[in-house]
Parts: sequence; C-alpha cells; structure tokens
Amino acid sequence: MATVTNTPVSDLLKSFKLKTKQQELLIRVSILCLVYILAFIIRLFSVLRYESMIHEFDPYFNYRTTLYLTQNGFYDFWNWFDYESWYPLGRIIGGTLYPGLMVTAVLIYRILHFLRFAVHIREVCVLTAPFFASNTTLVAYFFGKEIWDTGAGLVAAILIAICPGYISRSVAGSYDNEGVAIFALLFTFYLFVKAVNTGSLAWSLASAFGYFYMVSAWGGYVFIINLIPLYVLVLLITGRYSMRLYIAYNCMYVLGMLLAMQIRFVGFQHVQSGEHMAAMGVFFLMQVFYFLDWVKHMLSDTKLFQAFLRITVTCAVAVGTIALGLGMLSGYISPWTGRFYSLLDPTYAKDHIPIIASVSEHQPTAWSSFMFDYHILLFLFPAGLYFCFKRLSDATIFIVMYGLTSMYFAGVMVRLILVATPAVCLISAIAVSATVKNLTVLLRSKNKGVLTGSTKGSSSSKASSKALLDQSQPFQKNGAIALLFGAFYLLSKYATHCTWVTSEAYSSPSIVLAARGAHGNRVIFDDYREAYFWLRQNTPADAKVMSWWDYGYQITAMGNRTVIVDNNTWNNTHIATVGRAMSSYEDEAIEIMRSLDVDYVLVVFGGVTGYSSDDINKFLWMVRIGGGVFPVIKEPDYLVNGEYRVDKGAAPKMLNCLMYKLCYYRFGEMLTEYGKPPGYDRARGVEIGNKDIKLEHLEEAFTTSNWIVRIYKVKPPNNRW
Amino acid sequence: MAREKSSKDNAQALFNSLRSAYAVTPVNLKIIDLYVGFAVFTALIQVVYMATVGSFPFNSFLSGVLSCVGTAVLAVCLRIQVNKENKEFKDLPPERAFADFVLCNLVLHLVIMNFLG
Repeated sequence: MATVTNTPVSDLLKSFKLKTKQQELLIRVSILCLVYILAFIIRLFSVLRYESMIHEFDPYFNYRTTLYLTQNGFYDFWNWFDYESWYPLGRIIGGTLYPGLMVTAVLIYRILHFLRFAVHIREVCVLTAPFFASNTTLVAYFFGKEIWDTGAGLVAAILIAICPGYISRSVAGSYDNEGVAIFALLFTFYLFVKAVNTGSLAWSLASAFGYFYMVSAWGGYVFIINLIPLYVLVLLITGRYSMRLYIAYNCMYVLGMLLAMQIRFVGFQHVQSGEHMAAMGVFFLMQVFYFLDWVKHMLSDTKLFQAFLRITVTCAVAVGTIALGLGMLSGYISPWTGRFYSLLDPTYAKDHIPIIASVSEHQPTAWSSFMFDYHILLFLFPAGLYFCFKRLSDATIFIVMYGLTSMYFAGVMVRLILVATPAVCLISAIAVSATVKNLTVLLRSKNKGVLTGSTKGSSSSKASSKALLDQSQPFQKNGAIALLFGAFYLLSKYATHCTWVTSEAYSSPSIVLAARGAHGNRVIFDDYREAYFWLRQNTPADAKVMSWWDYGYQITAMGNRTVIVDNNTWNNTHIATVGRAMSSYEDEAIEIMRSLDVDYVLVVFGGVTGYSSDDINKFLWMVRIGGGVFPVIKEPDYLVNGEYRVDKGAAPKMLNCLMYKLCYYRFGEMLTEYGKPPGYDRARGVEIGNKDIKLEHLEEAFTTSNWIVRIYKVKPPNNRW
Repeated sequence: MAREKSSKDNAQALFNSLRSAYAVTPVNLKIIDLYVGFAVFTALIQVVYMATVGSFPFNSFLSGVLSCVGTAVLAVCLRIQVNKENKEFKDLPPERAFADFVLCNLVLHLVIMNFLG
C-alpha cells in the first residue's frame, strides 16, 4: 500500500535534496568554514588565560610603529627618524623596517572604524596573526587544489590550520612579521604556480603583487627570489621549457623587482646584492632559451641550427661569466650578507658574528623540535614526496623543490621551521588524500565488480579472473577498512598533539611569567610591566636607560624612555660598548656610562624566582660581543677552568664586574629557599660568592616585587672643591 | 681556407634562411617585433648615456632602463599569446591577451612614475 498521505511533505523534502555535485560543494564549503574558524580560535589560548597583550620583544617595536602610524599618518611614518632609541645615534625607522605588517594592521583598524566598531589598535594588533593564519588555510586549500585535487586541498587546509610549526609564530599576541609573511609567501607561490599552469599574464601580475606584499612584510623574501629562479632552472634542465613558463617568470620578475624596489629598506638590492643575482641570471637565461626556441622554429635545417646553437650558447655563457666575474671582483655586486651566509655555512656565525650566533632562535634544530612541531607530518612528508614523483607535473615539481629546500633550511636554524611548514603540510596532504582515495576506491570497487560480473555475460577467462577477484575481495575490503581506521586514528592523535602543544608550549606571553605555587595555585609574575611602568611614571621624560639589547623595544614601547641599544642590533660597536660597560669594574663602567649620558641602568635577575633567562645567564654573550670589538675584555678572565661560576670559586673579575654587582646588590641578605643559606641563587643553584656589595657611582632606584627587574640610577659626579 | 669559406657559407646560409622564414610572419607580429626592437634600442641608449654621464640618481636610471626592458618583455609575452602557431594558446582570444598586456603595462608605468623620483 503506497503512503499517499505524506505526499506534500515528501515532495517538499525531495525539493531540498541536492544533486551530488551540489552536495559535494556544500560539504567543501562547510569544511572550509569550520577550518577557518578553527585556525583562529586555536591561537587564542593566551588571550583567554592572561589578557589581550602583545608578547615577546620584537612585537613591541611593531606595536609602537603601528601606534605612530595611526596617530601621525603614512607620510610621517615613512619619513620617521626616531631619536628615542640608539642614543645618541638615533634610528631612521622609515628606511629600516618592513612596513607590510603595520600597514595591514592599520588598514584593518580603519575598516573596522569605518564600520563603526570602535576597537583599540592594540586589539587589532593582537588578533592580526590569527586572522592571517585563517587566510593561510584558504590559500593552502587553493594551492592543494592546483597541485593535486580538491581532496588534497581540504586536507592541506586542515593540517596547516593546527600545525604547531606555524602556530608558534602566529599565536594571538605575537604581532610579528612572520604572522603576515607566511600568508604572503604561500599566496605568492600559489599565484606563481597558477601562472605557470595557465600561462596567463593576469596571474603573473597577481603573483608580482603577491611578491611585493611579501617583500613589504619580511626579510625572508630572499627565499622566494631564490627559490623561483631555482625552480625555473630545474624546469629548463628537465626539458619542461614552455611558453607559459616564459610568460610567467618574466612578467613576475620584472614587475616584482620594480615593485620590491619601492620599499626603502630593500632599495637597490635586487640589482646590486649577490643574494638576488640568481634571479637576474635566470632571467637572461630565459631570454636566450626563448631566442633559441624561436630560431629553431623558423629554421628548417637542423644542421645549420646546431651550428647556430653552439655559437650562441658559447657566446651567452662567456658574456654571463664575464659580467658576473666583473661585478663580483669590482665589488659592485655585494657578496652574501652574514645573516644569509650563515644558512649556507652554519659554522660561520659562531666564529665571525657573535650577535647572530647568540640568538636562541638561530641555533640548529634538534630532532625533538622537528617531532614536536610536525608530529605525524614528519613521516607523511616522504610518503607525499613519493606520490609527487609518481605524478610529475610543473606544479608538483615546484612543491617538491619548495619542500626539500625549506627542510634543509629548517634543519640549519630553528626559526625556519616556520618557512617549511606550508610545504610539509601540502606534501603530507597529498599523501593522506591519495592514500585515503585509493582505500575508498577499493572499498567501493568490490560492489561494482560483483555487479558487472553478474549482469554481463562475460567470457570464460573473465569469469575465472572475476572469481579469483571475488575470493580476494573480502580480505582487501577488511584491509582497507582497517587502514582507514588507522589513518583516522593517526589524524586524531595529530589533532590532540597540536592542541596540547599550543596550550602548553606556544601560548606564553614571555612578558608575564606564570608558575605553580606551593599549593598548586597559579602564581603570576608581572614584574616586567611593573618595572616599565615605574620607569614611565617616576623618571624624567628625557632619561636615558641602559640595558642589554633584548629589552630595548619593550622599554621604548612601554616605558616610553630613550634607550641606548635595542633589538634592531644594527650597530655592533654600540652594543659592544654596552657589553663592555656591563663587564668592566664599576670605575671603568661609570666612564663609559657618563660618555653615553646614561641616567638609569636596567638589569634582569632571576635568582629569587628561579627564572633562567636573566642577564647573568646571558652575561657570557655580553663578554663575547664586547670582547669582539674591545680586546681589553677577555672571556677567560670571567671563567674558572673554562667553567662559568658565580659562587665563592668564581673568577675575581666576575665577582666584581658591574653586572654581578647590579644583579646581586643586597641579595646576600635575602633568604630565597627554606633550608638554604641567605644569598642562594635559585636560577644557578649555588650560594653567591660576593655578598658584601657596595656601589659607589650608582644607587638602587627600584626593584620589582619578585626581584626580576632591577633599576639603578647613575649618580651625578661629586662636586669639586 | 676551405674551412673559412665553409663557415662563411654557413653564416650566409643561416642568415638567408632566417630572413626568408621571417618574411612570412604575419604583419601584426612584425609590428610587435618592431616595438620590442625599439624598446631594447632605447634601453641601450640609456645605458650608454649612464656610462658617459654617471649614474647619480640611480633610481631614475633603473626606472628608465627597467621600463624599456619591462615593456619589451611584456610585448614579447603578447606576441607569444597572439601568435596563431602556438598551440597552447589557441583558446585564448587575442582581445584578452591585449587586455592583459595593457593592464600589466599600466601597472609597470605607474610603478616607474613612482620610482622615477
């Protein structure tokens, strides 16, 4: 009996039922929306736990410049000379920064204000990085679709949304160049691969604009301008020269180079620096290739063409080498700068440039870091490489090259794991998508095979082969189901790991420290901000503060006082002067401080709380950097038998240098831990050697509640009589 | 003697065959080639001028040379896309190719005007 009563309802439902293509589109759009939201909210841990503030050191400079941009407009920002840092030299900020991040944040701020959302610029700054992380997932989807298919694109979007390698530098509050730069990097690469695939001038123009955005955002654009020529070279060598490649590369190179030179910090480097010469060389090579291709096309006689080919190639190579040689010898083309040379030769920085070697992010990467940041992607990466090699095309060659070069650089420097993350996510996505697709095809094909075997009147050989297939099918199907469950288990483990890593390791603001008290309650140390606000409220407006360069940006941004050196580290001699002052006896140091007009000295001390990133632990780097410029400071003077000690057995120069005195002044009477003698340093785990410290030229101005930041005032010289 | 003669013959044969092959290209492509030649010639004049007078406002020199090189390169790209013999681009309408060419040139010259100083 047919149910006639529900006809109108069932008709209504039938009208909602979508065709397969529309269903698929709905699934894809909803997945992308969910991934977009997920990428944003997973980065909000520190905002929820602490407050909406800017983290670390570098973002404070970016925040200060953004504030200046909102208050004074673009022309003043672009021509800004800052006299509040690097006293007495000052810093040309307009010409020495990458404006992309600040301009982006101010643009978002103005759009929100136009829509009548009255947010403070700090909120916009804090949330810029998660917003761009969400946009990166969308770009990853389109890129995956370009390289492989939509399934790989979706998996790539999901993987990159929660990958810890990317989260580490784009968490909410981390207002740093990398937050926007990774988006710009992936976007530029996507547009370029699209241009090579379609051969359209419009896509090449878009990729030139993408490159311009990348150059305005981060110094790591050198990676793009070297990877793309390398990719073009590999395509030429493997015989994949085509007109589309010519159009894409030439348009992108010329327009991209011109646009990039509009950023003052980059200047003329595209035609003068050794790091950019690869791109120019490949540009000329492409012209030669095109010319030869054209001549070959016009000539019908191959023997004549061979002769012509030989002449042209030898001429071109000769001219190229002569030009390059002349340029390098005459010094017109500058050699690779230390920052990038140390990537090719990792031992270079340790011997020659101690400032670069001292940054913790520049150390080589350990295996544990790779596992921590990538988890299952680490073994999915080689699997993805295998799939890429099976289906070689212009696009997969690109992603393979990007993956391999970025993995090499990620191995050299911890910070560059960030650059490798999109490549690793994309290649792993190919592996996951291809495997899952093969498995589900296996699951589905069994039914089809049985159907066709029964409906068609097949010949005897076919029947026997079908019978064989039918016999092995059940095991194949079970195997496929088991493998699919395994894949699901792995991916869910990945999601758990990523969430745990983000919550535990990458969400700390660094400026606010947290610890567990004796009863398990959370104790917050807000000493940094306490000290900076004390500076802001209790010192004269033109006071100059001397501290180690780590804290420079924070002091200018939050304390609003002039500093001697800050994180920009553009002047090594100035930093070495401060290092020398910190490592000398008080009488020598006061001469240096008076010559620099220093009014206050700020040191960071972790002995009471057990905070281990304090100035005493960084002291040897101060000695090395100071000693690099002033040979009077010798590192062995501060060590005992090659060992760095602060207790009774320490070197006498160590026990009496300015840094020691400033950190441990009055500490000898302090009881820090139950059962230990007074003056027990909890960060080093020893009782200090020199407890009776007297300061002659400085006096203590302020010590924070947990003794983390200590500020001293330089006393004016005695009256003469 | 014989080798010199044969290489000269080779060069002559090369030149003649190139000339005859070029003569049959359509007129619109020849116009584009003329434009490319003109742009490269202008760039060369600017380089010679810089060599004699010095490169003081380097940004002006760069913007001048790069505008010539850029527009030459873009014209070559247009030629590739419009050429009927290229099978890869037979679906591309020549109007679209020309529109892309105009757009890229517009961007190029805007940037040049900003960079000229």
